[in-house]
Amino acid sequence: MTAPLVIAGRELRSRLLLGTGGFTRLETLGAAIDTCECELVTVAMRRIDASAPGSLLDVIAAHGVDVLPNTAGCFTARDAVLTAQLAREALQTDWVKLEVIGDERTLLPDAPELLAAAEQLVDDGFVVLPYTNDDPVLARRLEDVGCAAVMPLGSPIGSGMGIANPANITLIVEASGVPVVLDAGVGTASDAALAMELGCDAVLCASAISRAADPVAMAQAIRLAVRAGVLARGAGRIARRTHARASSPAQGMPEFAE
Amino acid sequence: MIYVNGVPTDGGENPTIRDVLLALDIDPDRGGIAVAVDAEVARRGEWPRRTVPDGARVEIVMATQGG
Repeated sequence: MTAPLVIAGRELRSRLLLGTGGFTRLETLGAAIDTCECELVTVAMRRIDASAPGSLLDVIAAHGVDVLPNTAGCFTARDAVLTAQLAREALQTDWVKLEVIGDERTLLPDAPELLAAAEQLVDDGFVVLPYTNDDPVLARRLEDVGCAAVMPLGSPIGSGMGIANPANITLIVEASGVPVVLDAGVGTASDAALAMELGCDAVLCASAISRAADPVAMAQAIRLAVRAGVLARGAGRIARRTHARASSPAQGMPEFAE
Repeated sequence: MIYVNGVPTDGGENPTIRDVLLALDIDPDRGGIAVAVDAEVARRGEWPRRTVPDGARVEIVMATQGG
């Protein structure tokens, strides 16, 4: 996997996408963008706040990356489609990280609404990157309606629980004809490395970086972990075994006197 | 009366979307914002002439931090 990641014809040098949520200072966000060397950062769409400190978009532009608007907070296909259309109008991008949430406590996706929204947005000309469950069948359905990538969760948003079901992520990777971006649940660098070792094409992180005690240091750790995971995947890990297999020879052991 | 981001607002006589923005001290020419009127996106080019009917719900949004 040394070739660059390509989503909807766009070549991305970085396999790490950064969510801007959770950073307490825009300066820290800027430093994290530089450190993790990402090219796309997510933003949410909310009612205008004239008192917002500084301009998020100015910071993003100053650090040379592009915005990927999300539809976070939407619970229906209708609201998600409208939010994506507003984002396109506001930000002049037809890319969208599609989120349709089904439950406030877990923030897990609502599968039927997600699929309906994905289909409508694809028909409307969007490049749709859906945040989805770690469900191989739903991932296939999303690909079938024309999504440009699938973004299964490792575990619930902001939980930091890592990849709860690596077997399902593997199944999604094996079957997918579009890039797979592990989205949500990453808590630390090893989770990002595992995602890449399982064959994901990229990782999207927000809280793991923005809410770390030292966000910039974690941005560096996760960037390196993504790189390490790519290299490990390419290197071909050894098969897991039930019993030990000695790496030192069994022959030639000295026999010591009693 | 119209409802701008949920707030009841006296929009005056047949205000355009541009009028509504100006009344809130929002520069209609600034980038990064979008407007929906009654759950339908109003394209930027329509703002100077499209009027907001009485009772309409206007949502003005911008990008904010989010994952």
